[in-house]
Amino acid sequence: MTMEATRYADGSISYPGHPRGPGGSEPVETIDLSEYTAEVVTWTTSMATPPGVREPNTLAIVEFTVDGESVRAIGQMTTDDVETGDEIEPVHVDELREPGAGIREPASQDWDGYRFEPI
Amino acid sequence: MERVAVIGASMTQFGQREDEWILDLLAEAGLECLEDAGVDATDVEHLYVSNMASGEFEGQTGVMNALAQDIDAVPAYTQRIDQTSSSGGAGIYAAWQSVASGASEMTLLVGGEKMTHKTTGESTDVIASLTHPVEYKTGVTLPSFAGLTARHYLERFDAPRESLAKVAVKNHENGVDNPHAQFRKEIDEETALESPIVADPLRLYDFCPITDGSAALMLCPESVAQEYTDDYALITGIDGATDTHVVHEREDPTVMGGVVESGKGAYEMSGLGPDDIDVAELHDMFTILEFLQMEGLGFAEQGEAWKLVAEGYTETDGELPINTSGGLKSKGHPLGASGVAQGVEIYEQLVGEAGPRQVEAETGLCCNVGGFGNCVITTIMEAAR
Repeated sequence: MTMEATRYADGSISYPGHPRGPGGSEPVETIDLSEYTAEVVTWTTSMATPPGVREPNTLAIVEFTVDGESVRAIGQMTTDDVETGDEIEPVHVDELREPGAGIREPASQDWDGYRFEPI
Repeated sequence: MERVAVIGASMTQFGQREDEWILDLLAEAGLECLEDAGVDATDVEHLYVSNMASGEFEGQTGVMNALAQDIDAVPAYTQRIDQTSSSGGAGIYAAWQSVASGASEMTLLVGGEKMTHKTTGESTDVIASLTHPVEYKTGVTLPSFAGLTARHYLERFDAPRESLAKVAVKNHENGVDNPHAQFRKEIDEETALESPIVADPLRLYDFCPITDGSAALMLCPESVAQEYTDDYALITGIDGATDTHVVHEREDPTVMGGVVESGKGAYEMSGLGPDDIDVAELHDMFTILEFLQMEGLGFAEQGEAWKLVAEGYTETDGELPINTSGGLKSKGHPLGASGVAQGVEIYEQLVGEAGPRQVEAETGLCCNVGGFGNCVITTIMEAAR
């Protein structure tokens, strides 16, 4: 279980990874973001959620710093008690939303992942 | 290359169209546009249908071929254009390309979507299916992206929450004069600010509704246009661009790169700049998007659009009227139709057919946004001279 980001030849990191990074640079390694903490850039609490999604659903965009390089991620919060600038750590969850309840083919992707817990 | 003209336009009633499905809506707008332009269906060489998700919403695919038969345009070449919420703008681009390239001398573009038979949750999920798997599994929706971005904008630029409500109030006021709008009802700032939270800090009146509807435009070379009418508009600038699929990967959450890039391209082609635009239709699926597009298109400096809205700069009697149609906010947002309907409003403003919404305009711009700025089309039209 990892929160896998990708580092590219130019040193940049993205979550998720892509076959090519900025400037066409190729992936060189993966990094497990779940071993790092991050800072909340912004957040929202969604009150109208699609089928199979918890309601309300508090989400945040957070920024990790890995070896001086910034990489952002989106995720569910473990609480709605959150402020911009809070420090968080990723916490593994077996199922972030119910596979098959929405339109996406259940087998087309994974459904476990990480929620963000304020430290 | 000969200039591309718009010689006709139509728009169905937007709203909840009970017992009318995607093929009914497309045919209604298509036939009305043929009549408005005075063009015989058998003279249509290319037929484009802007539609995001008729298969997902209704289980009806092949809508472009069905429409060709329903309006008696067979054997016209036809193609369905899907670019999510910017399918309409992408349809304008495809239709423009078909004429500009010389491939077609008469192109009909019809955009439409049937959505209201689904629950809000189901419709939201169809739209959210455009997201990357790491986004989708979090349950993020397009309204959630708007909430995330709005909070960042308000905190970073010290903009008051009321500034977003002013966009909703303005566009609802404009919608009153649009007979095809889903909502023809003014609201006050207090109503917007006290409406239920949808994606904190955004509330119900910061969002467009779910809508059924269709809209159409007729395009042809300018020399052909002159055989039909003296009152036509010209598409003098058009461009499309993308931004990242994964929204949080953008360097600056308040900059929509697709808006900036497509705007630059459209300005360059037309030889015009932001100061030359007399009226604009922006993709206000969420109130915050009106600020981001004003800034991305150069109508305002970054972080300053909210001040112009507060000053009345974008009202119908202001320096740059924005969303005279009522915008997606009040007019409604049938996904594939919205970008076409923006073009219908600008066309009607330029040929003097906007009725009580009429403003003085020789040039107009529309910006149609797909996803959360993932794909964007900017179109500039000018009145024929």
